[in-house]
Amino acid sequence: MSQRLRLWLLAVGGAGVAALLVAACLDLPAFGGRRHPYGERAVAASLARHTANTIASLNFDQRAYDTLGEISILFAAVLGCLVLLREARDEHRAQPQPAEVALPVRRYALIALPVALLTGLYVIAHGQLSPGGGFQGGVVAATALHLLYLGADYRALERVRPLGVFDVCDALAVSAYAVLGLAGLLAGTAFLANTLLPYGTFNTLSSGGTVPLLNAAVGMEVASAVVLLLAGFLDQAVEIEEERGS
Amino acid sequence: MHVLPYLVAAYVFLTGCYGLATSRNLIHTVGCLAVCQSSTYVLLLAVGYRDGATAPVFSDLAPGSRPVVDPIVQALTLTDIVVGATVTALLLALVLQIAKRHGTLDPDELRELRG
Amino acid sequence: MADAVIVVALLLVAASATAAVAQREPARQALVLSVLGVVLAVLFTVLQAPDVGLSQLAVGSALTPLLIMLSVRKVRRQARAKDRAR
Repeated sequence: MSQRLRLWLLAVGGAGVAALLVAACLDLPAFGGRRHPYGERAVAASLARHTANTIASLNFDQRAYDTLGEISILFAAVLGCLVLLREARDEHRAQPQPAEVALPVRRYALIALPVALLTGLYVIAHGQLSPGGGFQGGVVAATALHLLYLGADYRALERVRPLGVFDVCDALAVSAYAVLGLAGLLAGTAFLANTLLPYGTFNTLSSGGTVPLLNAAVGMEVASAVVLLLAGFLDQAVEIEEERGS
Repeated sequence: MHVLPYLVAAYVFLTGCYGLATSRNLIHTVGCLAVCQSSTYVLLLAVGYRDGATAPVFSDLAPGSRPVVDPIVQALTLTDIVVGATVTALLLALVLQIAKRHGTLDPDELRELRG
Repeated sequence: MADAVIVVALLLVAASATAAVAQREPARQALVLSVLGVVLAVLFTVLQAPDVGLSQLAVGSALTPLLIMLSVRKVRRQARAKDRAR
């Protein structure tokens, strides 16, 4: 198919989809409307279970089963990436040369690292109280670790990042989530039902039943998944080279 | 104002699709897909917004004192963002494999290689 | 007031999405994508979704551009190695 014909086809298809989308937009409930029946019920359910952050209650209590699917997707995707990015037979590892880092960059990165790491852990721990949770805090904590690559060099990062440990943490966190769900079954209720633990005092760290535990499991999963993912890409970008003449 | 957020979401989606179709570099294609994904976040959150409402977090808010926006679409968007990031990572890993095996990232050249 | 802020944030999102698609050089596109991530995070905060804004800030403006940059670097290194072998 010629370039021109392809562009015409795209224009016609795009115009059709655009017309349908605009028609759909005009029929949607108006932006900022007052009717949110499901939202109101979700808020009531979250308050009944003493979870201050409704989003955490939705993710780890009311839709906990969906989150299990989501972290399975994350787990499988990271596994797939690591398989695709592994060192192939016709490749070898070149030791990266230590590079000179500008002093302001080094100073800033080494000051920001502990602050960012602590922020990430705080966001994970307070997921059921304030905005944040395992997903956000996990990504923040994991990317914070990579400030070391900016501030020092790749070998320093490799030293503080034992990949085997993160492999195990990733798998353990996913199984911890599933085991917490099964514990609900053993206690005589449904899979992942939040009836196992007392709901605790509203607006304290231990409130919300199993929500903080599931949140922590997800935080651990996301943090180790992101570290592994970035390690795979960094290995490709910095270390792994193709054999000459292959 | 009543439909503007929805129209912006539709516009962002179509822009991303245009980029997907006309891209000359597979890494750029993955970036365009990320643009497409962001349109879904805008649409979902626009559906859940409520005039004069606040965030559904009750750590510093007496329950019932103010209306809150719809938390369900926010939870859906959160899922959407995480899954979107994993899709991007997986696609980039595939792109690196293609670059390694075929030595090019131009979709047209790749099509010719396949014969 | 809140309405005006929302409109401005929406227009910024549309503009930066256009720029992200129009920038054909992947390494520069990664930078534009991270701007898009920040603008989206602002929009979500204005739409009273701080959880989602935080998530978008972490993923959209840090993780995704970082992955794209690393991929670009790998591809460039490969091309350079091939030139040297020739």
